[in-house]
Amino acid sequence: MAVVPDPVGADVGRSGAQGYAADWARAVRRLGFVPLSAAETERLLLVHTVRLAQAARAEPFTARPAEEVGRALVEAHLTEPRALEWSLRALGADFPRRVLAAGGWPGDLSERIAAMQGGLAAGYARALRDRTFAQQERIARSAWQARDEVEQALRDSEARFRAVFTGAAIGIGIAGVDGQIIDVNQAFADMLGYSIEELCQANVAALFHPDDAAGMWELYQEMVEGKQDAARVEKRYYRKDGSVVWTDLAVSLIRHDDGRPRFTVAMIEDITERYELQQRLRFQALHDPLTGLPNRTLFFETLGQVFDTAAPERRVGVCFLDLDGFKAINDSLGHDLGDRLLVMIGRRLAECVADHGHLVARMGGDEFVILVDGGEDAVAVAEAALAAVAAPVHVGDQQLAVSASVGIVECPAAATTASELMKAADTTLYWAKAAGRGRYAVYDPERSARDMARAALVAGLPAALERGEFVLHYQPIVSLLEGRMLAVEALVRWDHPELGLIGPDRFIGLAEETGLIVGLGEWVLRTACRDAERWWREFPEARLVVSVNLAARQADDPAIVDTVADALATTGLPAELLQLELTESAVMGSAGEPLRSLHRLAALGVRLAVDDFGTGYSNLAYLRRLPIHCLKLAGPFVEGIRADGTDVVADHRDERIVDALVRLAHALELWVTAEAVETGVQAERLRALRCDTGQGRYFGAPAPAEAITARLRGGSAG
Amino acid sequence: MPDGLPTEIDLTRPSAARVYDYFLGGAHNFEIDRQLAEQIASMTPNLAATMRSGRDFLRRAVRVLLDAGIDQFLDIGSGIPTVGNVHEVAQATNPKARVVYVDIDPVAVAHSRELLADNDLTGVIHADLREPDRILTETRELGLIDFSRPMGILLAGVVHFVPDADRPEEILATLRAAAAPGSFLVISHSTFEDQPQEMLDAQRLSARTDTEITLRSRAQVTGFFGDWTVLEPGVVHMPLWRPDSPSDVDEHPERFGAFGGVARYDQPAG
Repeated sequence: MAVVPDPVGADVGRSGAQGYAADWARAVRRLGFVPLSAAETERLLLVHTVRLAQAARAEPFTARPAEEVGRALVEAHLTEPRALEWSLRALGADFPRRVLAAGGWPGDLSERIAAMQGGLAAGYARALRDRTFAQQERIARSAWQARDEVEQALRDSEARFRAVFTGAAIGIGIAGVDGQIIDVNQAFADMLGYSIEELCQANVAALFHPDDAAGMWELYQEMVEGKQDAARVEKRYYRKDGSVVWTDLAVSLIRHDDGRPRFTVAMIEDITERYELQQRLRFQALHDPLTGLPNRTLFFETLGQVFDTAAPERRVGVCFLDLDGFKAINDSLGHDLGDRLLVMIGRRLAECVADHGHLVARMGGDEFVILVDGGEDAVAVAEAALAAVAAPVHVGDQQLAVSASVGIVECPAAATTASELMKAADTTLYWAKAAGRGRYAVYDPERSARDMARAALVAGLPAALERGEFVLHYQPIVSLLEGRMLAVEALVRWDHPELGLIGPDRFIGLAEETGLIVGLGEWVLRTACRDAERWWREFPEARLVVSVNLAARQADDPAIVDTVADALATTGLPAELLQLELTESAVMGSAGEPLRSLHRLAALGVRLAVDDFGTGYSNLAYLRRLPIHCLKLAGPFVEGIRADGTDVVADHRDERIVDALVRLAHALELWVTAEAVETGVQAERLRALRCDTGQGRYFGAPAPAEAITARLRGGSAG
Repeated sequence: MPDGLPTEIDLTRPSAARVYDYFLGGAHNFEIDRQLAEQIASMTPNLAATMRSGRDFLRRAVRVLLDAGIDQFLDIGSGIPTVGNVHEVAQATNPKARVVYVDIDPVAVAHSRELLADNDLTGVIHADLREPDRILTETRELGLIDFSRPMGILLAGVVHFVPDADRPEEILATLRAAAAPGSFLVISHSTFEDQPQEMLDAQRLSARTDTEITLRSRAQVTGFFGDWTVLEPGVVHMPLWRPDSPSDVDEHPERFGAFGGVARYDQPAG
């Protein structure tokens, strides 16, 4: 403990004072907060203890030092009331005995102690009162000052807001929840062409219009009811002079502290120019720049709306129109005239349907489409359109006769979709085009279904060949003289995974159109050669010939000779056991001359047959010189030969034709095979007419290779 | 007016700073503050003692920092610095010590400014602990504290006013990152560890001031020191932190419900 100065020397008991001060310090620290360490507190109170001891002995006596001690206690923050209580009680009870005992005490000590108690209490109370007043005053002043600062900040903020409000380029308006406008800035007033005063007498409701976007008024109502806090819309206002101003309007709700709606604050920006530009861009985006007609995008938008809003039974019709031979016009007269023609046609189409409210759009190129509005006769519209197009057109100094084709589709809205409708229109336009110029076609779902089934088959052909879905059946060709099976004709079937076994009549035409016939034909050739080689190896005596059809397109291909040679070489089938069947037209080739390949094919040693002989226009002069081995008489001649046919003149004629054809063939040293032999009577007659071989259900229907093998195994049973 | 600080002075609501002042025996408070203080005191007789204990801890910690040569202090959440305040403790040892007080309560700030008007070595900032960058910026602008030299950052009984949602660990990291090596961080913080139910009830009552207290564990409080070196005896109940004399610690040092700790920023070797 630090040394405490002892101003009056030994008359104060050092140890007594120190013990007293230590107890005092402990008490005040226990009873209240002392912002000092224990040692510091004790040191402080020792000073006061000594001071009180000196005062108690002083002559003349005064209680003033006790008052100062009381004040000092407050200044040291020893302000806990119970600490004062302790201090006063100890001063009366322990102090004389513990602190003053060492040096004795004056006779009036009890009066002096009482006076010192009073003095300490008075000094303490006065200081505490002063301090409390001072602190209360200071905290109150601080509170007011803080409040002033906040208010100043608010005023500053208000002033800044006011500056923003008045100076803003965007319009700002404030209204109560009753809609009454409270304040607007100059920009707001200028935008609407009113004065600020005029607007401040108005109600928000007056700024709404029936032609505002749907839901705008409801949105405002929800806001003033507190259900929405902000909204942003594009809104049109009418200025005082009646002109229109488009604005980007942002409205926010300001609430009371308790959450009740209080004001709405609207900020508007004049976007009239931007809006008009948008409208212009939108028009450009939706119209064809050449004709000014709605474009494809707008057409589909409109069509989509029709489908979205139409009652299910409402009929929707489109006429899809395409100029006939426009490309030729463009190519011969130039694009400039072509464009002018399109403008004229577009105008005429628009005029001819304008009264009926139909939409005419240019889909691109020389394609136009008319959306026939609700229930009107689409055919009548198409006829009007064709008539409008057909009137002579004067372009520059040219007078042009133009025609168009139209595909018409009309059906209830519920029965289709926009894209299906347009697909159907496209198909129908194709039909109209295929049927010739200047006409319309009406969509026929059944025809479309057939087209689609056909298309599906075409689409499936290449994969079918890859997957090995084709199979060969063989139909016997039998000697009319001795009844022996001399040959079989290979006939291709498609084992369709969904449709089952499909005959060649349903897909060979398609395969020829698409060119797949080359690949398919080669497969047939190689497969037939392989089967025939097996029969030859197993039944060499039978010398069974396999007859394979060559499509015109195959026969035309110069590679056919190599293909046949290769098929023979790879399978090991003797060439003379392969017969190739060509139609009369195929034999003549595409150039009107006999095929160059015929001689080379014949040179391989294969037999050549003319299929369906008598249905084409064979040039007998050529026929004489060609390496043909066999003629196959077409089915209709054979059909004319019937059991009861002898009485009928026409039948006699067929029989005479067959007779003549057989004689002709024999004169040319050709074999003759009669096709479509159905009955024994027919077979008998044909034999009588010296026809060499017959083929038909009478001799056996087309059958899988195993059936032929079985027939061969049965020997002469065939 | 800084964001996040009150835009109105509502003297009908008690203020934490003024309640605290009342508990320390001050008269810088209003009736509404005293009512709340008495209500809290009646429920938790320890609370007044806790606040005094916190003030004692701060005094001891500041002395330790002064002994380590620290002569500049940033006291965040200083409240009304009337009784046992940092600049008095510091300047008693080093008359040139500088102190910047920061508080969120505009009345406390106004009061501090008035009280310290004649003291050139102190400054007062009105800011929210949740905006440490603002505190650092404004402290630099005051020019009292040299950030290139060690300083003492004092967070006495204030971090528990920051809820977890306001990410106190990030706030502390920001403050630590601003300090030079050799700086000290002083934290006292209320805890639920070793506490009876009444303490937890009182915490709910404190929601009546503008600030609610989040009680945290010793580990969480220790985490606020980051990678700084925590001085002996670690993060402990406040009376246990370097008492002036062993007799100052009674049998229940945990009854004040708050941890105190001091850490130093030792520059990593290399």
